[in-house]
Amino acid sequence: MAGTADPPGFLVTTLDKGINWARTRSMWGATFGLACCAIEMMATGAAHYDLARFGMEVFRASPRQADLMIVAGRLSQKMAPVLRQVYDQMAEPKWVISMGACASTGGMFNNYAVVQGVDQVVPVDIFVPGCPPGPQSLMHGILTLHEKIMAGEIKR
Amino acid sequence: MSDTPNVVTGDFEALTVEPPAADESQPSTTEERRREIHDIWVAGTEEPSWVRQATDEGSQEMLVAGADQAIAIQEGIVVSDDYVLEDDSAADERQVLNMGPQHPSTHGVLRLHLELEGETIRRVKPIIGYLHTGMEKTAETLTYLQGGTNVTRMDYLSPFHVELVFSLAVEQLLGVEIPPRGQAIRLLLTELNRVSSHLIWLATQGMDIGAISMMLYGFRERELCLAFFEKVTGLRMNHNFIRPGGVAADLPDGWEDDVEVLLEKIPVGIGEYEELLTENPIFLDRTVGVGVITPEECKAYGVTGPPARAAGLAWDLRKVFPYCGIEQYEFDVPVGRHGDVYDRYLVRMEEMRQSLRIVRQLLETMPAGDYRSDDRKITPPPRKRIDESMEALIHHFKLFTEGFKVPAGETYRSIESPRGELGVYLVADGRSRPWRLHVRAPSFNHVQALPVMMTDTLIADCVATLASMDPVLGDVDR
Amino acid sequence: MTEHDHPAAGPPAPDGAGPVDAVLSELMVLFPEASLERFEPVAGPVQDIVHVAPADYLDLVTAARNAGFDTFVDLCAVDYLRRDPRFEVVVVLGSMELRRRLRIRVGIGGSPPAIPTITWVFPGANFYEREAFDLYGISFDDHPDLTRILLPDDWVGHPMRKDASVGSVPVQFKGAPEAP
Repeated sequence: MAGTADPPGFLVTTLDKGINWARTRSMWGATFGLACCAIEMMATGAAHYDLARFGMEVFRASPRQADLMIVAGRLSQKMAPVLRQVYDQMAEPKWVISMGACASTGGMFNNYAVVQGVDQVVPVDIFVPGCPPGPQSLMHGILTLHEKIMAGEIKR
Repeated sequence: MSDTPNVVTGDFEALTVEPPAADESQPSTTEERRREIHDIWVAGTEEPSWVRQATDEGSQEMLVAGADQAIAIQEGIVVSDDYVLEDDSAADERQVLNMGPQHPSTHGVLRLHLELEGETIRRVKPIIGYLHTGMEKTAETLTYLQGGTNVTRMDYLSPFHVELVFSLAVEQLLGVEIPPRGQAIRLLLTELNRVSSHLIWLATQGMDIGAISMMLYGFRERELCLAFFEKVTGLRMNHNFIRPGGVAADLPDGWEDDVEVLLEKIPVGIGEYEELLTENPIFLDRTVGVGVITPEECKAYGVTGPPARAAGLAWDLRKVFPYCGIEQYEFDVPVGRHGDVYDRYLVRMEEMRQSLRIVRQLLETMPAGDYRSDDRKITPPPRKRIDESMEALIHHFKLFTEGFKVPAGETYRSIESPRGELGVYLVADGRSRPWRLHVRAPSFNHVQALPVMMTDTLIADCVATLASMDPVLGDVDR
Repeated sequence: MTEHDHPAAGPPAPDGAGPVDAVLSELMVLFPEASLERFEPVAGPVQDIVHVAPADYLDLVTAARNAGFDTFVDLCAVDYLRRDPRFEVVVVLGSMELRRRLRIRVGIGGSPPAIPTITWVFPGANFYEREAFDLYGISFDDHPDLTRILLPDDWVGHPMRKDASVGSVPVQFKGAPEAP
């Protein structure tokens, strides 16, 4: 069985592409703004750097209705189990963007209170650097995620 | 131009606010209605009495309210509870509801543990610490020049203020004075920061109450401010621009035109938002008489800033303990009367206009000169001098590696941030890093005072109250 | 709503003379063991600092409130590692009529370090004392709810003490090529 994979059929490939296209065009985020990066995330969703034009119309408060979790801000030790719980509540397919230096690596706060990177708690697809990353950087991160999904690199 | 009767103009002397004289110009319908509402609220606070009456179904209790309250109930101004709570069943009826820490309306990761009886909150316990970053411990490992990067992320909606109070505390222990241009630049940035912080407050307050379009409108004017900050400091937020010794760089060429544009566009925006909200009956219903705090409670809990001023305490640190030469500029301090959410709204709207007034004066009278102290032991030399002078090179090296040393001592310095009194308690020990840096965060007191405002009110009001206190969790948890 | 009838106060006195000094001297008379110090910085308001022993601390705070310093401003703890007493609690009170701040410093020794709570005098001190307990391990006798506030409930240790390390994690460069 192993090693004799049939070439993917025509219908399935097109369907896959279609599904990936659909997933990227209406990706709703779960509100997980923690600190300063949350303000830049809100600014990205506001009128000047509108996120709704990419299909991210709303940020759903309930993780059960969201596809994308943007962890925006520093993750403290007390908040880490909450993050994991919210991530677990999201339905598949789900993606995580770690926004900002503190979420990606702990940022400038290399101390007892900050988890050094949210990838210690949840699997991350895209890391967006910056302190805080401006709306352009965040949009670049989101669009890169869309490209990766469309290209089939993230199979979920 | 807003024309609220709550603005105390002129010299800042009285600690009380005089009620408007009886022969003032005719109040607008809104003002009349507001006063009516408050009179009825005050008049209708007596408990309705219960009268037993025989009916076909047996003896029943009838709710008898006074005439004023009956009228208020008829008009829908007051919501009456028309069920009886037996004392012993009250405890069983309580439902525990956990709000947060991941919640769209808690302004960050605040967790409110609510005990409800029906729709009424009987007990609320704020649980914080979900954003604790150990910033005070980190501050002990950073030099004073690096300290600004740390403290600026505490109150991330008004980063210039935190940088300013940190720099002022360090300068107090160093004993240096800042040249006038440096002080004026500091004031320009902090007052514009006050406007941008209040715009975010307005956006989130509107969104939490239900005016979801306010979220988009508030960010519109804020983008103008942030674009200016980016031009001056290089960053939209968390700038590390105000440093001990002055500011990091001079204002760029053409800044006057940018500030002119701001002064033109932002008042237009503020006018539009006032038109949307100030006389909006839905907004009034949700904010008048809600989340009330009295002046005595403010003092006992240390609530300062717009909530304290809305409660009637005429206390603004810019007037009482002036900093950065702000006493040279004319501005008024709005003071409210009732201490409810609506008064906090009015106070903050007027504060935005007054801050723009200060900015206009700064634009017209910006002094020339140095933007930072020329004490070479503290401020780095200009870059081109490093090629010319060995001393400059050594100073630059020492300042950026070891940092300047601050003589031993301790001080408490505070300024008026958009949230309230923001203070720094600094203990220095003669080395180049602080021994202890404690930041007195206004939001810490505000969150602590939430039970005072929320107990025995409706749960729908708790969101409005929380939004009106404008807490920033970075400040609370540090 | 309530009308408060404090007298209208003028601008703050430039060199500390006036009613504040009278109030402070009266306060000091009540507490002969405590000492008063003044710090006049180059820029900024004059600062009055009272050093008091733990035994007089609660009485001093209550007396200060009765004397007019009725606004609670700040409470924090400091760890002066090699000094006896090792810890210090600093309380800043304010007075809106006198337009002055009063800083009260009380040194605490002992193991575990403990002083009375001022929550019953200033309810605003509640969270601040919990923070000092959480981060420094100073207990406040008679506090209504002395539990951890900023750190998780099951945290062991008091990280702001000077003998607790910052807790930094060595930086790893993920994906670095291995040495040949």
